[in-house]
Amino acid sequence: MNQEDLKEIAEKQKEANAPFEHNIHVCVAASCLSSHSDQVMTALDQEVKKRGLEQCCKVKGVGCMGLCAAGPLVSSGNNEKMFQNVTAMDAAAIVDNVVDEKPAPAAIVLDSKLPFFRGQKKIVLENCGEIDPEKIEDYIAVGGYEALFHALTSMTPAQVIEQISKSGLRGRGGAGFPTGLKWSTVAKAPGTKGKYVICNADEGDPGAFMDRSVLESDPHRILEGMAIAAYAVGANKGYIYCRAEYPLAVKRLKDAIKQAEKLGVLGNEVCDTRFSFRVEVRLGAGAFVCGEETALIASIEGNRGTPRPRPPFPAQSGLWGTPTLINNVETFANIAPIVRNGGDWFAGIGTEKSKGTKVFALAGRVTNTGLIEVPMGVSLREIVYKLGGGIPDGRKFKAVQTGGPSGGCIPEQYLDMAVDYESLASVGSIMGSGGMIVMDDSSCMVDVAKYFMDFCMSESCGKCVPCRVGTAHMYDLLAKITNGTASQEDLAMLERIAEVVKFTSLCGLGQTSPNPVFSTLRYFRDEYLNHIERKSCGAGVCSQPKAAGVGA
Amino acid sequence: MSPASVEIKTLKIDGRDVGAREDQTILEVALENGIYIPTLCHLEGLTEIGACRICLVEVKGTPKLLPACVTRVQEGMEVMVNSERLQNYRKVIVELLFSERNHICSVCVSNGHCDLQSMAQKLGITHISVPYRHPHMPVDASHERYINDHNRCILCTRCVRVCHEIEGAHTWDVTGRGSQAKVITDLNTAWGESDTCTSCGKCVQVCPTGALSEKGKSVSEMSKRRQFLPYLTLMREGRP
Ligand SMILES: Cc1cc2nc3c(=O)[nH]c(=O)nc-3n(C[C@H](O)[C@H](O)[C@H](O)COP(=O)(O)O)c2cc1C
Ligand code: SF4
Ligand code: SF4
Ligand code: SF4
Ligand code: SF4
Ligand code: FES
Repeated sequence: MNQEDLKEIAEKQKEANAPFEHNIHVCVAASCLSSHSDQVMTALDQEVKKRGLEQCCKVKGVGCMGLCAAGPLVSSGNNEKMFQNVTAMDAAAIVDNVVDEKPAPAAIVLDSKLPFFRGQKKIVLENCGEIDPEKIEDYIAVGGYEALFHALTSMTPAQVIEQISKSGLRGRGGAGFPTGLKWSTVAKAPGTKGKYVICNADEGDPGAFMDRSVLESDPHRILEGMAIAAYAVGANKGYIYCRAEYPLAVKRLKDAIKQAEKLGVLGNEVCDTRFSFRVEVRLGAGAFVCGEETALIASIEGNRGTPRPRPPFPAQSGLWGTPTLINNVETFANIAPIVRNGGDWFAGIGTEKSKGTKVFALAGRVTNTGLIEVPMGVSLREIVYKLGGGIPDGRKFKAVQTGGPSGGCIPEQYLDMAVDYESLASVGSIMGSGGMIVMDDSSCMVDVAKYFMDFCMSESCGKCVPCRVGTAHMYDLLAKITNGTASQEDLAMLERIAEVVKFTSLCGLGQTSPNPVFSTLRYFRDEYLNHIERKSCGAGVCSQPKAAGVGA
Repeated sequence: MSPASVEIKTLKIDGRDVGAREDQTILEVALENGIYIPTLCHLEGLTEIGACRICLVEVKGTPKLLPACVTRVQEGMEVMVNSERLQNYRKVIVELLFSERNHICSVCVSNGHCDLQSMAQKLGITHISVPYRHPHMPVDASHERYINDHNRCILCTRCVRVCHEIEGAHTWDVTGRGSQAKVITDLNTAWGESDTCTSCGKCVQVCPTGALSEKGKSVSEMSKRRQFLPYLTLMREGRP
């Protein structure tokens, strides 16, 4: 396989796609599949055949289009026309509309000009909804693996790293560490026994599904990013650590690896160069802590997945004691476009210190829930009100929770704040991996803190004392506050333990687990006091009587 | 490593200038110089795991607290091992341990000979301010010579490590997450039915609390044979 072969495949696939005057794309990512988009696709196929339109109308399974809550979703490609809540019975109406321009029933028409779609900027998700995730040719037809070829044949590893550094890309797994710096550290580490590249596809944050969508919708993009990384840091072996709860992602990844090896864009002598790179998928049992780098490595090595103190960092001593690069799915998804378009291009998007775009899983009390990708620096207000379509049922906005169990709640006064790593941190939250939960006045903030504490308590690995015992106590104290039996001393104890857990825990799970408590206390202390002093939950969520005159 | 290739570093611990080999931890150097840093999961001769967090110290220029037992010395490091903040955190951590299971010292076999108890005394803890959690924990007395009382266990995993690293039996492991975590023998079967246990007693001797004890010992009678400990180091150093 060389560059000419690749071009040929791309041309051939484009030619194969060209005669089709009409396209019908059906989402076959997990969420739409779970509401039977496979049946929709079969029905559409049959309808097209029945009308003898096979030569001019193509029905194709594609990746996630973002507005999962309205699924199954169908589009006419490039999101010109979109259909929502589609069933197999709608097949005829859709073909009528796409091919014959007949109006479609209002119930299934989805306005593709919605700000939800138009307000996005897609880099990571550029192929989602457009290409067939199960066909490598489809990926190649949109420029796939060109960046890898380019890197292998006309760039030195140092030049690749230079472009990544220039791009300003920061890790999307949560901490936002500069990716170029991480790569150069691994590249410099002496790796006499080999080096490894690991893709962290554990995605343990409750409610998050950004990484899953990318894996299911565009798996080759991840493989290409990993291969470029491996070339840059000098690794020949890679692992994708994916949670077993993502069976479709795992299947598509495995298939993609097979296709890529068959074509020679992975495996021995990649693209006819001297570079070899093999990738294996490893399944995680679905423990949140296994997303932590050292725990993940222990798990791949076949040990109990618990973190160990750092240093040494994986970049120096990781998998089997050798230098190891670990990046998140979304981080890898950004690599090929950066190599293709140059670091400066990427650095031109976003804010001064947070470059590029970020994928968020928008959830909670907003009209449009689903997956969005926006340039860094857009305001929360834009996300909630423009893309998200505002708060339903005429209720009042209260807070946005970002960063999952390690994050915090951001109140109304910061709605116009730019969403980037620094701003979010300055108000006591974090970017995290991209979970974004909108809350209205029917949410009790103490209850929210309790929910995340319950998660951290249950997911604590139990290795270190402050996290193992501290989170349990914090949960108990929050439960006491919500059920109306807590005193001021309990609140003081909660704050005291929270501080110790934050500063003395071994890994990020424990260190960040008090964040939801800190941030709700910072902005909503009155709600805590209300529960303690007046035994009342303003939002009427907690199991205690609402005091007269409080809440709606 | 040949001694000639080991670099010597100088650093300050609690204001005192000390010298150290580059491969030493802050804890080792502090102990050599008679500076006390409290520890629980650390045991000389076993691999360090940095899990109890009692030995955390402050290092100038780093906002994070670092575990002295696993942190290697660096040239020019300025370490504080006993600040008010550290003392305060250590007290809370020890209180958390007391609250986690069931520590009624007056009826414990290890009363008077317990690392957790003496740590509390050293730190000036007079009472436990956080509520006791009192989970239901079983006692395993199936072994012919030893008893495992989970109620007194602090999950330091010294038993796990000594059995695996020194005795080579790997009878012990940890199962469960968070506050459900507990040490188990073999595949969570009774200790007395263990196929791997050689009854060497090493785990019992290194256990810092009354969790592992010899049968036949009554309240306060279980003192551990600490003279046994240097042997661990010897065994370890004898290894390749
Ligand atoms: C408790 C815990 C859970 C984590 N879970 C994930 C995860 O599910 N996915 C992920 O990519 N990173 C996760 N991380 C962050 C990773 O440890 C690591 O920083 C990241 O994968 C590095 O990749 P990046 O630099 O591309 O962000 C987690 C960290 C902690 C402390
Ligand atoms: S902080 Fe929590 S999850 Fe991390 S090592 Fe400690 S107990 Fe395990
Ligand atoms: S193990 Fe130690 S602290 Fe616990 S009850 Fe026994 S003597 Fe007291
Ligand atoms: S007695 Fe010896 S072999 Fe048996 S569990 Fe204890 S250390 Fe292991
Ligand atoms: S049984 Fe003893 S040595 Fe083993 S983990 Fe518990 S306290 Fe530590
Ligand atoms: S002795 Fe260092 S963490 Fe336990």
